[in-house]
Amino acid sequence: MNVEPYVKNYLSEHYGDDSFQTLAGYEAKGGFAGLRKALAQTPEQVVEIVKASGLRGRGGAGFATGLKWSFMPKTNERMKVIVVNGDESEPGSFKDRMIMERGPFEVLEGIIIGAWAMGAQRAYIYVRGEYTRAIRTLEAAVKELYGKKRLGKSTFGVKGFDLDIVVHSGAGAYICGEETGLLESLEGKKGQPRKKPPFPAQHGAFGLPTTVNNIETFAHVPFILDRGVEWFKSRGTEKSPGTTLFGVSGHVERPGLFELPLGTPLREVLGHAGGVRGGRRLKGVMPGGLSMPVLPPSELEVPMAEEFLSQRGTHLGTGGVMVMDESVCMVRVATVVSYFFRDESCGQCTQCREGTAWVHKLCQKIERGRASDADLALLSDVPKLMEGQTICAFADAAAWPIQGLLRHFRDDFEAHLREQKCPFPESFEL
Amino acid sequence: MKAETRAEIESLFERYPQKRGALLPAIYLLQREKGHVDAEGTRELAALFELQPIQVLEVLSFYNMFYTEPQGRHHVYVCTNLPCSLRGSRTLLRQLEAHLGVHGGGTTADGRVTICHEECLGSCGTAPMMSVDGTYHENLDFEAARRIIDGLE
Repeated sequence: MNVEPYVKNYLSEHYGDDSFQTLAGYEAKGGFAGLRKALAQTPEQVVEIVKASGLRGRGGAGFATGLKWSFMPKTNERMKVIVVNGDESEPGSFKDRMIMERGPFEVLEGIIIGAWAMGAQRAYIYVRGEYTRAIRTLEAAVKELYGKKRLGKSTFGVKGFDLDIVVHSGAGAYICGEETGLLESLEGKKGQPRKKPPFPAQHGAFGLPTTVNNIETFAHVPFILDRGVEWFKSRGTEKSPGTTLFGVSGHVERPGLFELPLGTPLREVLGHAGGVRGGRRLKGVMPGGLSMPVLPPSELEVPMAEEFLSQRGTHLGTGGVMVMDESVCMVRVATVVSYFFRDESCGQCTQCREGTAWVHKLCQKIERGRASDADLALLSDVPKLMEGQTICAFADAAAWPIQGLLRHFRDDFEAHLREQKCPFPESFEL
Repeated sequence: MKAETRAEIESLFERYPQKRGALLPAIYLLQREKGHVDAEGTRELAALFELQPIQVLEVLSFYNMFYTEPQGRHHVYVCTNLPCSLRGSRTLLRQLEAHLGVHGGGTTADGRVTICHEECLGSCGTAPMMSVDGTYHENLDFEAARRIIDGLE
């Protein structure tokens, strides 16, 4: 059983209340007010509202949601599909699981609004297979909506609006979080990402026009429709409005989820989590999941929004904040990171398949105190040969955290070469 | 496969514009019946989905949650990605493996438990953690984890 967010805002306000996962409980808290307002307007108007709100996707890339919706063809020659990315697999990220388990109807309401806006007749919610509780919760919520005849033919009583929602379980592969890898997987294939173009809006799931959005992205939509664009934009930053569920993990006193406006300074986010455990000193923070470069303690004032983090050589990603105290060996961190990416590379592109294996081998060799200067030089070079060279962004995601660790903690690597062993006896065990 | 499993798989076809979309759910259903998908199961699925057996096999081998070999009666996955490692999950995994007499992942001699490390189960705020037959157990120490595993039949 997960722990509800320690700091709540509009999205998670009712996550402590179990009845919120039932249709009656959701409606008692004002649920579907956003959908009703959406259905009173034309699909084009709804797309314009989401565009004007400035909502950015919460799955890691931060793309403008309204703009993405506007890419869908306006004609109805072929069935249009919404795919909801619930394949949350980014290490350090655990917000979508919370939203699916505690606020399933927020997600469903957002999907139905999206289907109205884009003219979609089918929505697939692709949930990672390990999230059995989230899958059961969403399935029960979908079943309740069908039971009350709110889905299927004449969805929410609107003639001609026929939407079916299917909950689909993944089967354990990080790469299926990449949107075209997810589409391949949904089609019953290996989850190997596709070359783009064609983009999903033209050729997506089963070759049909498709829009893929993250779970949390859909959960924000009902609030925008109900409370308005100005209300939404009054939270967060100008370029990144709204809140997000920051997931703080690692060496803090109180790890967990904190729903805070985008742009909240990193120092404040860590403060909510009780600061570094046992009064120890901070060594580094990975601010956006395992793919995003580490920040040193000197960057604690950075506002947690993409436009500020990208100026400091990292990214907001999924808002998964991993905190490391002074005991941590950054070469061990690199070893854990590189193992993961070697394990999860789909193997399609040479630069990624070979590069991730090389990087891991080098990290391991350095960590064990068996490496030379030439090995460290090679570790600096290999990631450069990976990023930007492959079909999808996985190789970038594998290269960036290693480059970040080398940029800010090169001393740790050099100390291993000098002493021919790991000089951090207190560090976490490998 | 049993006739019920086949019927359940066939009932999923209409959910997808192409029936192959039901392949992942179908593999889960066959695993529920048999625990893993063997060569015979692979051929049966291929026939049902009008695919070559190799096309089913490449899907089976791509995903962590599909098994082509017999498994223990219970699956224990201990998350060892960075957030869990920072809070001692690798030490926990090693202690549990020693307790079960299994090293580097595998199944106990009596076929009771298959234990493995796992890459991020999305429970980073409640580390260390393990998933037992799909149920999450969080904020663990060795004693708490051992009790849960010893309680499995």
